[in-house]
Amino acid sequence: MKRAKFNTVKRILCYTSPYRSRLIAAMICALLYVVLNLTAPILIGDAIDHIIGQGKVDFSEVAQLLLMTAVSVLACAFFRWLMGIFINAAAYFTVRDMRRDVFRKFNSVPLRYIDNHPHGDLISRIINDTDSVGDGLLQGITQLFSGLVMIVCTLGFMLFINPYIALVVVVITPLSMFVAAFITRISQKMFREQSKTQGEISSYVEEYVGQQKIVKAFRHEKISQKEFEAIDERLRVCGQKSQFYSSLANPCTRFVNGLVTAAVCILGAVSTINGNLSVGQISVFLTYANQYTKPFNEVTGVVPQLQSAMAGADRIFEILDEKSQIPDGKNSVDMEKCQGKIDINNVSFSYVPEKKLITDFNLHIRPGQRVAIVGPTGCGKTTVINLLMRFYDVTKGSICIDDVNIKNIKRNRLRSLYGMVLQDSWLYNASIRDNIAYGKPDANMEEIKAAAREAYIDHFIERLPNGYDTIVTEQGANLSQGQRQLICIARVMLCKPPMLILDEATSSIDTRTEMKIQEAFNDMMQGRTSFIVAHRLSTIKEADVILVMKDGNIIEQGNHQELIAKQGFYYHLYHSQFRS
Amino acid sequence: MFKLRRFLKKYKLQLIIGPLCKLTEAVFELFIPLITADIIDNGVANNDVGYVLQKGGLMVLLGALGLGFALICQKSASIASQGFGTQVRNAMFRHINSLSYQEIDKFGTPSLVTRITNDVNQLQLAVAMLIRLVIRAPFLVIGALIMAMTIDLKISLIFLVASPFIALVLFLVMNRSVPFFKSIQKKLDEVSLIARENLSGNRVIRAFSKQQSEEQRFNEKNDALSRSAVIVGKISALLDPLTYVIAQAAIIAVVWFGAKFVFHGSLMSGQIIALVNYMTQILLAMIVVSNLVIIFTKAFASAARVNEVFETEPSVKETNRKEIAVDEKSPAIEFRNVSFAYEKNGYALKDISFQIEKGSTVGIIGGTGSGKSTLVSLIPRFYDAAEGEVLVNGNNVKDYSFSQLRNCIGIVPQTAVLFSGTIKDNIRWGKKSANEEEIARALKISQSYEFVSKMPDKTDSMLIAGGKNLSGGQRQRLTIARAVVSQPQILILDDSASALDYATDAALRKSLKEETKGTTVINVSQRVGTVRYADQIIVLDKGKIAGIGTHNELIDNCGIYREICLTQMKEEEVRNR
Repeated sequence: MKRAKFNTVKRILCYTSPYRSRLIAAMICALLYVVLNLTAPILIGDAIDHIIGQGKVDFSEVAQLLLMTAVSVLACAFFRWLMGIFINAAAYFTVRDMRRDVFRKFNSVPLRYIDNHPHGDLISRIINDTDSVGDGLLQGITQLFSGLVMIVCTLGFMLFINPYIALVVVVITPLSMFVAAFITRISQKMFREQSKTQGEISSYVEEYVGQQKIVKAFRHEKISQKEFEAIDERLRVCGQKSQFYSSLANPCTRFVNGLVTAAVCILGAVSTINGNLSVGQISVFLTYANQYTKPFNEVTGVVPQLQSAMAGADRIFEILDEKSQIPDGKNSVDMEKCQGKIDINNVSFSYVPEKKLITDFNLHIRPGQRVAIVGPTGCGKTTVINLLMRFYDVTKGSICIDDVNIKNIKRNRLRSLYGMVLQDSWLYNASIRDNIAYGKPDANMEEIKAAAREAYIDHFIERLPNGYDTIVTEQGANLSQGQRQLICIARVMLCKPPMLILDEATSSIDTRTEMKIQEAFNDMMQGRTSFIVAHRLSTIKEADVILVMKDGNIIEQGNHQELIAKQGFYYHLYHSQFRS
Repeated sequence: MFKLRRFLKKYKLQLIIGPLCKLTEAVFELFIPLITADIIDNGVANNDVGYVLQKGGLMVLLGALGLGFALICQKSASIASQGFGTQVRNAMFRHINSLSYQEIDKFGTPSLVTRITNDVNQLQLAVAMLIRLVIRAPFLVIGALIMAMTIDLKISLIFLVASPFIALVLFLVMNRSVPFFKSIQKKLDEVSLIARENLSGNRVIRAFSKQQSEEQRFNEKNDALSRSAVIVGKISALLDPLTYVIAQAAIIAVVWFGAKFVFHGSLMSGQIIALVNYMTQILLAMIVVSNLVIIFTKAFASAARVNEVFETEPSVKETNRKEIAVDEKSPAIEFRNVSFAYEKNGYALKDISFQIEKGSTVGIIGGTGSGKSTLVSLIPRFYDAAEGEVLVNGNNVKDYSFSQLRNCIGIVPQTAVLFSGTIKDNIRWGKKSANEEEIARALKISQSYEFVSKMPDKTDSMLIAGGKNLSGGQRQRLTIARAVVSQPQILILDDSASALDYATDAALRKSLKEETKGTTVINVSQRVGTVRYADQIIVLDKGKIAGIGTHNELIDNCGIYREICLTQMKEEEVRNR
């Protein structure tokens, strides 16, 4: 456990290494700032010692000491400012580097990783966790380091001036730390409870407000109000407690500081009466006593922040340590074109070892053939596509394009051989033009317009106020699901790759537009090997090979006539469409 | 912000006691430097150990009393602020429940979630600070000034000069950095947007081999973000050193002029120490004030966002809460010249008129955006018609109470959404008192009995929010079960078989027909197969009725319907009567 923590710290420090000079500079500045910060009260105290009473003031000494104070104050402020600048830059640049690396990792891990992890969690790692590491670095240096230096130096100075009073301060002050630590421990428990309940509230609102229509349709308002108020009441109770306990820290430490001040005053005054201390030195002690307790409070305050920074760093390194997909081999083929001959030999595959999915699958496709994949929902149609595009690797057997095993083709080349339209139409936050030209960024406007025309989306785009420059918003609120899908189709129409994969490519488009799109697809599929996944059997009938899948297995294989003649699963599937 | 005062009413006591206690503590705190001065100038000067101990004891006593008062204040603050927040949240949730879909759409769910959580938290914090610090911090500043004046009026002028300078620095630094915080938040949103896009679109990105350009896009935004952060860091780094310099300059001035006054006999050296301490107190209090300004600026923005929700009036209002009599002979549903428009977008429905007889099955078909879903949303009053009348069982829907109207309608929405809870809980949304048999029947009708029986906990299986642990088809079937369990008079299926394969769809339609006799069924779909055997088919095109009739009638008279049919089946199948 300790060792793991040590490793995390080491790796964070590794990340800061490009900015090591800044960090070292920051620490030097911190050191200077602390020492100068402690000198000023001594000088002031000395000055006060030269102000004894009526007619007994050594003005030249006072002036000289005050001048020195001014210089040390200015220098102190300067170094403090420098420290801030250095540490800020180092922390934020480190965060930037971490984000960059995590993002790069997103694109190099096997797709399996991304499919299996909640995206919200991954986003939170790249955004929030990196932030808390940055905060940790920032606070670690500014508060923890300078706090520790401050404690050590103050202690030294105080011992130097008067060891007895110093000892009293040393004994009393940590009290505030214990009090603070105790309070933190209690309130943290409450805080956890509170943030858990807060999360419950958020998801409850998300769920019930998001689905108001259903809440209304089923007259569920009263029940949900009651449920909400019950959660809210729990939040009130634990929120009140956590707020109260955490707000104790401040008055309690203030009380301890008050004790220290009183102790210093009494002891200082008594020592002065006994002639062991000067009046000015009491002032120094008072200032120090305050300064000495402050870093303790700060250090205790920083601990939870450092803890969350460590936790964040662990979560970041967890992603970074994830195995990347095996890189393309040195001898992998740079296949630019292909005939479209595909051979699937004895392929087995499963997402999880315990649950077999595809076993000993064989299929041989001649160039230009059309392959349709049909079957009930969730039967594994998408799996075949995952394997063809090598989003997942087969567990056994091989897939070959033009007699080359796809494992020996550069991944990016392999994928650019296919044009792919998926059921959930993915667009990114950029203009429609950029989205269409996604696969061919150097396409000119004419080509883009032609592709839009082929996808029957040109009229719609031209009617938009900003035409092709309209920005696609995140949720795609300005485009309907069907329009988004049409843009995805235009994106593929523009690239004209040698092979096509259409996975429910027209599922959100109304049937009349679909009919027209189908013609465009038919033209495009001419001479291109294509794979089509669809619910609508009518669009599949013309395929050369139909794969009928059920529960992850290919149960029938053949063309429409053959499969109908067989009177098997496909036969029933086909007939259920038109008979009621 | 002041409009939200009503939620504080219950906490008047805390609102008065809290600040009073805090004030008392602050007064005690102000006395400390004075006592210190006394100890030095009287105790030390006269070598009076007894006096020193007495005054020292007073300091400890004041500290302990102060602690007690502070605790009372913190307790009041936590009770009032959390209670306030809870009340605001409850009221907001109730208000949101009363809004119609139109208003909720306007805000958007994520925004409402933020408002009811983060914004209310900000307000809560502001209430706590109001009690804890709003009186204390300025009081400490002013109090320290006054105390300084009582020691020496002329020297206190230094304080009067220094304080505004510190305030000015605080103001300038905040003024410069706050806008940057906003832009940083925006940039952070952009970075997270690209990350999210890359996760959701990872297949497409890899398929198009765009990893590198995506990385570049990300790095640009990421760099911009870190640059802004560094700039803000530079500005904020000025705050501490500048205030420190001003406060120390004031202290130096105090000592210098103090020295002169001591020389002339109008001041004592212990009083100089007291003055130095007051200056330190002022500096600390000023920093607290600047934090308060930030907290309250945020709270004001949050209050505006919360009030915006409260001020939104529901457009669909329940005017009558009593049961009204229904005419058994009138049609189940009737539309009379109904038009409807979402804001600004022009008419979504224009001049729609039709009648649906009790117990009949009606299909509504049309392309995407033809207004099908809008049309059925008017029946349970999710929206109100802009023009014309919608009648259910012979009465205008506006004359019904919400519960009477919606009780007789079962709805299966387009997007299949379930709620976290067991399958049984979800089905009981339709009928709270449904027993096992009724649930089993509903599951059978909706073709979900089989897969539910295969689940380890059957109907007690837990669903996560949205029912995401089921497949789209399974979810859709359960939403149908939820709608039919109450055996409603009117059943609306809004394209609710879109995620089902044809075989399941056909089986579903068969069992619906057999099991729901006497129910008026409205079937919205893009599939001809789903609607062709309906008693009546309504064809919609761009918000207008393009034809009404049976399948055979429409094939002959309605061009659009014929066209839709031909895209989905062969000529002979269309004609196959």
